[in-house]
Amino acid sequence: MMRTSFSERLTDWAVNGFLWGFRILIVLIVVIGTFLTISSGKYTNEQWIDFIVSGISQGSIYALIALGYTMVYGILRMINFAHGEIFMTGAFSGYFFATWLTSTGFMNTNPYIGLTFSIIFAMLISASIAMLVEKIAYRPLRGASRLVPLISAIGVSFFLQYAFRGFFGPGVYAYPSIDALDGDWNIFGIEILKVKIIVVVSAFLMMAILYYVVMFTKMGKAMRAVSENKDVASLMGIDVNRVIVTTFALGAAMAGAAGVLYALIFRQVSFYMGIVPGVKAFTAAVLGGIGNIPGAMVGGLVLGILESVGPALFLESIGIDRPYQLKDAIAYIMLVMILLFRPSGILGERVSKKA
Amino acid sequence: MSTLTIDNIHTYYGNIHALRGISLKIEKGEIVTLIGGNGAGKTTTLRTISGLLKPREGNISLDGEDLLKYPAHEVVYKGVSMVPEGRGVFARLTVLENLEMGAFSRKSKEELNHNLEKMFTLFPRLKERRTQTAGTLSGGEQQMLATGRALMANPTVLLMDEPSMGLAPVLVELIFDIIKKINEDGTTILLVEQNALMALSIANRGYVLQTGEITLTDTAQNLKNNPMVQKAYLGME
Ligand SMILES: Nc1ncnc2c1ncn2[C@@H]1O[C@H](COP(=O)(O)OP(=O)(O)O)[C@@H](O)[C@H]1O
Ligand SMILES: [Mg+2]
Repeated sequence: MMRTSFSERLTDWAVNGFLWGFRILIVLIVVIGTFLTISSGKYTNEQWIDFIVSGISQGSIYALIALGYTMVYGILRMINFAHGEIFMTGAFSGYFFATWLTSTGFMNTNPYIGLTFSIIFAMLISASIAMLVEKIAYRPLRGASRLVPLISAIGVSFFLQYAFRGFFGPGVYAYPSIDALDGDWNIFGIEILKVKIIVVVSAFLMMAILYYVVMFTKMGKAMRAVSENKDVASLMGIDVNRVIVTTFALGAAMAGAAGVLYALIFRQVSFYMGIVPGVKAFTAAVLGGIGNIPGAMVGGLVLGILESVGPALFLESIGIDRPYQLKDAIAYIMLVMILLFRPSGILGERVSKKA
Repeated sequence: MSTLTIDNIHTYYGNIHALRGISLKIEKGEIVTLIGGNGAGKTTTLRTISGLLKPREGNISLDGEDLLKYPAHEVVYKGVSMVPEGRGVFARLTVLENLEMGAFSRKSKEELNHNLEKMFTLFPRLKERRTQTAGTLSGGEQQMLATGRALMANPTVLLMDEPSMGLAPVLVELIFDIIKKINEDGTTILLVEQNALMALSIANRGYVLQTGEITLTDTAQNLKNNPMVQKAYLGME
């Protein structure tokens, strides 16, 4: 007895020692890297602002996608791993719609209206696909253990990827360029790419609308009620299935819009484009506290900014060559760190064991 | 004419035969209590009436209309509301939002506001706390909220599952006074209680439930004087 408990203690120490070492290492990298970079003065203020603006525009896209993860988790305690592919379907729908509008000439004469229509079209398509997915792949598994719908979600994810590959081929489609949206705007004396501003403004507008829906409409309140207690919610007269499918649709609409905004920045769509942003947005949702809607928004922005600023700020001065290649690693290291040290995320409550 | 008729209900949890042929009749305007020990099947009975559980056998009807054909979220539209065991308030919603959810089945804004006013008169405490989240309320306040929330749907029949559970004796008195008042205002009540003495003191009639079967039914007065009931449920020798 004594010996097992001793060896158990030993592994405990080893694990704790490793975790602390990991924590200290990350903090050291961040502190020393930041100090060296700032004191070397390698980047100008304009460049830093540019990093931050890029981070905010990228982060607001993560935030939009993260909302879908967090809302579905909040209501079903399930990670919808196919959500990145829903984002991809939005980017594709937006692509076809925008290409059509461009070919008619409408896009270049009315770029903002054209873009708005493209976004709305993408939202509708993504929402419809998500509603079908919920009905076909998740609802029949509602009573099963938590692993089962997760595996179904992974299946849906592959299905959507290869269905799009089958329909549209493995290639990369170039988004039509909208001349009116090229170039910079001068904001407080700083030149900022128009598309970045458009992305940030559209994303924030969409998040504000979603927040309003969730907090103040009857359906939003019903969503929050269902996420707390499905049985009691149905005693109120709330059709729980309808609320769940609406949640999927709303989350997917956000992801669909994010797909168009993403393509606006990166100018291309492909069947596998949902994978990386999907994982990043999931990271953002966990970072903000999964299940927490403001948390997803904050988590997305924090992740976007860290990814954009991090390589130059933390990594470059400590002798890492081409630190931008480690941009993705920042997100994944953060995911691991949060899961290890603060699984409840920035704004999350402590995950309760009894639920 | 009988309001709520439960006829020979058999409800199962998987293979567990929880209700073994239960029949109850609750007349319009009555308070009927269902008493029984822990695990007797009281909660299961209420969950079956409200549609959360579907029985394998039997009938439930309200004023002659079959209730079993409706899913739980439609039963409330037929006039049956439930105050669940353990209150089941939405802890992260505010008091006001909880009450609004209670009126989910009500379509008109005027009716909602009218009912809110009624609830705030019945439970002044809830008015004071209407912007607080329900999770911050005390047990007694949560019971008031759960009751008010159920009443927001203008039910003709109110099902209450152990409203006195976990409350201090003063609060138990208060809650039972409120139940009486709700009944006087015209709502039929099916009250499930382990606190049999309190329940029998306000009820017209009662049923005794034992391991999924009704073993006794009588007027509340007679049940209170019944030696078997006194021994088993009223703690008397
Ligand atoms: N979810 C459930 N799964 C399996 N058995 C249950 C479940 N809920 C209740 N039971 C069983 O059904 C019987 C009646 O339970 P219940 O209706 O909760 O009793 P009461 O409310 O009178 O205390 C008990 O034997 C209980 O163990
Ligand atoms: Mg019970």
